[in-house]
Amino acid sequence: MNVLQRILPPRLRPIALFAILSLLPAAVRSPYFLHLMILVLLWVAIGAGWNILAGYAGQVSFGAAAFFGAGAYASGLLAVKAGMSPWWGLAVGPAVAVLLAFPFGALTFPLRGAYFALATLALGEIMRHVATIWESLTEGMVGILILRTFASESPYYYMALALAAASVGCVEWIVRSRLGFYLVSIREDQDAAASIGIPTTRYKMIALSLHALLTGMAGALYMCYMGYIDPKVAFSLHDISIMAILVTIVGGVGTAYGPVLGAFVMVFLQEAFRTGGFGALDAVNKALEWRVLDWAIPYIKQAHVLAFGVLVVIVILAMPNGLLGGWARHKGRKRQAAVCSE
Amino acid sequence: MLEVDGIDVFYGDAQVLWDVGFEVRPGELFVLVGANGAGKSTALKAISSLIRPARGRIQFEGEALHALEPHQVVERGVVHVPEGRRLFPEMTVEENLLLGAMTRRAKAKRRSSLEWVYELFPRLQARRRQPAGTLSGGEQQMAAVGRGLMGQPRLLMVDEPSLGLAPILVGEIFSIVRRVHEEGVTTLMIEQNVQQSLAVCDRACVLENGRIVLHGSGQQLLHNDQVRAAYLGL
Ligand SMILES: Nc1ncnc2c1ncn2[C@@H]1O[C@H](COP(=O)(O)OP(=O)(O)OP(=O)(O)O)[C@@H](O)[C@H]1O
Ligand SMILES: [Mg+2]
Repeated sequence: MNVLQRILPPRLRPIALFAILSLLPAAVRSPYFLHLMILVLLWVAIGAGWNILAGYAGQVSFGAAAFFGAGAYASGLLAVKAGMSPWWGLAVGPAVAVLLAFPFGALTFPLRGAYFALATLALGEIMRHVATIWESLTEGMVGILILRTFASESPYYYMALALAAASVGCVEWIVRSRLGFYLVSIREDQDAAASIGIPTTRYKMIALSLHALLTGMAGALYMCYMGYIDPKVAFSLHDISIMAILVTIVGGVGTAYGPVLGAFVMVFLQEAFRTGGFGALDAVNKALEWRVLDWAIPYIKQAHVLAFGVLVVIVILAMPNGLLGGWARHKGRKRQAAVCSE
Repeated sequence: MLEVDGIDVFYGDAQVLWDVGFEVRPGELFVLVGANGAGKSTALKAISSLIRPARGRIQFEGEALHALEPHQVVERGVVHVPEGRRLFPEMTVEENLLLGAMTRRAKAKRRSSLEWVYELFPRLQARRRQPAGTLSGGEQQMAAVGRGLMGQPRLLMVDEPSLGLAPILVGEIFSIVRRVHEEGVTTLMIEQNVQQSLAVCDRACVLENGRIVLHGSGQQLLHNDQVRAAYLGL
């Protein structure tokens, strides 16, 4: 620990991480690995957005999919219906997501706790149904298919890296600024926050908008990169909304780097299950003459949701503040400086 | 300074206040007493716009407060120290205090307000880096009043500062409120502790089942037969 402290002081760690990630496409040529890393980076951005709203402001969202899908569809429809470049989606997607967040927030911020969370859940599901039924606009279950601009993964990788870095930077900035304290005060006691004069609705709206913005942008980039979406993928409850929660809870709610760690863990864990331990399970099975695993492997490959559930239970019981610890870690002079600064 | 005029307040369909009215004059320590559930906290929440009265007017220096948002009420200098202290438990004492200085006016004076609060409550200064959730009940009440003072109040409203405190601390809290008031802050305090609060205040009124039943000077009420029978057990 002390050695690490001396070689790499905490202030330099984000820069070192960013440098390593920037060099990754040059070092690792495997498109499959880069693909997984792009997903990780998208999840970093989504987790960071969820963290702002739920981890700092205390408003739990089960509706990341609503904003992810809005961003993805905005990008895809611009290409398919308007004949524009899907890259416009990177600007239009988050804008659409934020425009969706405004009336939603205005309607639901009087709701507290679980009721707000249920409203976000409903928003995601409503969006999924609308996207399924409104075939003239969205092509329904057929989905939207566009051509990828680049054949190689690395341009997408760098864009996802930029988005992830910007998201984490945004959270870092919030934690150090007054805004972070206002959000945490709302999380800790909304009535007390209101009674000392914090405009709670305004700050909750800011947090919701950032959640929508970052998630919408991740959705738009996903569309550009994957080239295909349908309502089940883009508005998925468990693969988007729940995953956003898991990424943050596993990594550490209310920490700037929790979602970064959480995104790595969750994406690789999901992939490990999907591929049966990256093919290891099949290899073992083949090596053994007696094919004991034949029947078990298909089940294991589909068990990632179960594993996520178990993982979350373990994390919540053993490390309630996630792998990276909680808000408590940010104590000290840095925080003091934040409240005192203008 | 503050005029509450004939307010009716409901929670959903349930009416809690009926035609409640009283006036707090500049520079005074005014106390609103009443039993559990009389509607005292509700009256304060109505003044800070945390709930809206169905009827009636609330005016502060001639301006209608009931039309404003809670944070706008604070900007006018009406600061509410809520019942049960309501500190932000994971933040330090000093962070809690600094968050009390939300308005532009209060922010400008933040440093000197902090010194003033520490002067009034030396125990808070000793614990300034401690998470507020780890303070004792009495210290939390001091921090809550201190956070209110950080807002540079022109009218400080304190909801049951004696709640949950040992009798010896109740006296201490009242003398603190008294001292704050002597520093020139107009104060509206809510209390169940009728004897002690009537003894320190200038004027008071009694709220019973959502209605004002008596008002007068502290001494008058202390000697009022109805008050002595109902609240002092004499
Ligand atoms: N949020 C609420 N919803 C519904 N009813 C409420 C709510 N808050 C308070 N009440 C009711 O309103 C009445 C007055 O409550 P209030 O908190 O104003 O009393 P109080 O005089 O402050 O009492 P205490 O001394 O116990 O704090 C009570 O009957 C209470 O049950
Ligand atoms: Mg009360």
